Amino acid sequence: MNNINMEDKNVSPVEPGKSKEDHGFSSNEYERQAVPESKTKGLSSFVGLFAGEHVAATELLIGPLFLARGVSAFDLIVGLFAGNLLAVLSWRYITAPIAVKKRLTLYFQLEKIGGRAIIDVYNVANGVLWCCLGGVFIYVSATALFVPLHIPDPLKTDWLPNGPGMVMVILAVGAVIVYIAAKGYDAVARFANISAPWMVLMFIVFGIVTLPSLGVHSISEFWEVANTSIWKGIPAEGASKFTFWHVMCFAWFGNMAWHLGMGDLSIFRYAKKASYAWSSAAGMYLGHYIAWITAGLLYAVQLQADPSNTSVVPGPMAYRVAGVSGIVLVILAGWTTANPVIYRAGLAFQAIHPKWSRAKVTAIAGVIAVVAAVFPGLGNNFLSIAMLYGIVLMPMGAVIFADHYFIKKLGMKEFYAERTGILVHWPPIIAWLASLGLCVILKYAVGMEEFFLCLPGWLCSGIVYLIVSKAMQKSHKLKETVV
Amino acid sequence: MKTILKLLSALALLILPVVPLLQLTGIGSAELTKSGLLVGTVLWFITAPFWMNKKTGNE
Repeated sequence: MNNINMEDKNVSPVEPGKSKEDHGFSSNEYERQAVPESKTKGLSSFVGLFAGEHVAATELLIGPLFLARGVSAFDLIVGLFAGNLLAVLSWRYITAPIAVKKRLTLYFQLEKIGGRAIIDVYNVANGVLWCCLGGVFIYVSATALFVPLHIPDPLKTDWLPNGPGMVMVILAVGAVIVYIAAKGYDAVARFANISAPWMVLMFIVFGIVTLPSLGVHSISEFWEVANTSIWKGIPAEGASKFTFWHVMCFAWFGNMAWHLGMGDLSIFRYAKKASYAWSSAAGMYLGHYIAWITAGLLYAVQLQADPSNTSVVPGPMAYRVAGVSGIVLVILAGWTTANPVIYRAGLAFQAIHPKWSRAKVTAIAGVIAVVAAVFPGLGNNFLSIAMLYGIVLMPMGAVIFADHYFIKKLGMKEFYAERTGILVHWPPIIAWLASLGLCVILKYAVGMEEFFLCLPGWLCSGIVYLIVSKAMQKSHKLKETVV
Repeated sequence: MKTILKLLSALALLILPVVPLLQLTGIGSAELTKSGLLVGTVLWFITAPFWMNKKTGNE
């Protein structure tokens, strides 16, 4: 296999906001071998990566969307704490031990388990989801220009753009982002690194600067105001109410593709010890705790100024409390996260056909993302989009988990496709389909909300994989004996 | 020179939380906060790129 193919077949699921390469976690190195002990990295590298990676444009949507779902102050503060703790524990006790033991990427492990073909399927799924995510980031970035250009805010219930002006602004912002992504995003990734400390502080600033407007002038006043004026527990019209369990599950499963879904095997294969996965707490509690709470406060200020304005549009919200710096933050948060996502979506598609030009494939992925960005419904429903990302990709994490811990104990062989040399080993694919099928049934037949589907789906995938493997590994063994 | 730039960057990051804290305690106004945030932001982006995340020669 040539180098290009090796690189492209292993598209690391870099979370928006940061390039893992910039932290020394190259996704193009040691793709088909274990990371040597000499190349492992210290704890501080992981803390820096997670802290920067999880403070991104989408936090500006998630915080307000929680508030719009009528979450109460207690449910938000405690639910987020518990959910983020569960996410950290998942990285620490599920992802990192396998990463440190095997020191291989998700892609190479999947290939060893299920054969080459499964990587193509995974890349298509990943590429499509990245295009949707990229669209949301472009939309967030473009909303910063709604203020100076006097574009009316789309309503919270809108799926379609509210006029040609909005479409033109999004297309223009998207065109710039896609052009830069197609050129390669190294410069943007470096700029994202420079922006990271400022961005983290700006999210904290949002929290401080909104408090006087909400009637909080000392810490002692916060809890009362939080319950009576901010997170009042009343959902917006037409929205279902968020409880403690919704918040906890969203915080836990919002990054499921990376922890229980094993995407971050690519990172933690560089860790000296599995305990380095505690570093994920930096990202969870800065980005998914503080930033989500402070972004919610931006929305509370908007609702206080005009209770009828329920639009969730980051640009105007940030401008209202932080002025021009708020607009700069929204532009940069969207831009620096959209670029790597579109670039990676291009890589995922190119992996299927390595001879395609990377620039052209990235441009095509970018065009899909820009088209998606035009629809504000994606941003308005981002909580569900984030869950969909986890639901689609997490079954393969369960397969890797089951293969690592249980397959030998049940008298079977791990890395079966590699051992037998077969191109397609069906148990992982059947487990994937069974997991998705179960989630669809639970959602549409049972009426379970998408925020609660990830765990049953993950367990289903692992169990089905083991059961089908038991049947199919025997049949392959028989064939080998016959041959 | 690099040290001065780092100090200015640190000052920029210091300005960001201080001005809203002044507003919170009733010393500053909302307009002062917005101006202060803009100063901190500009100061950060004109100083940090010169010392932070610099590429090495063999990259």
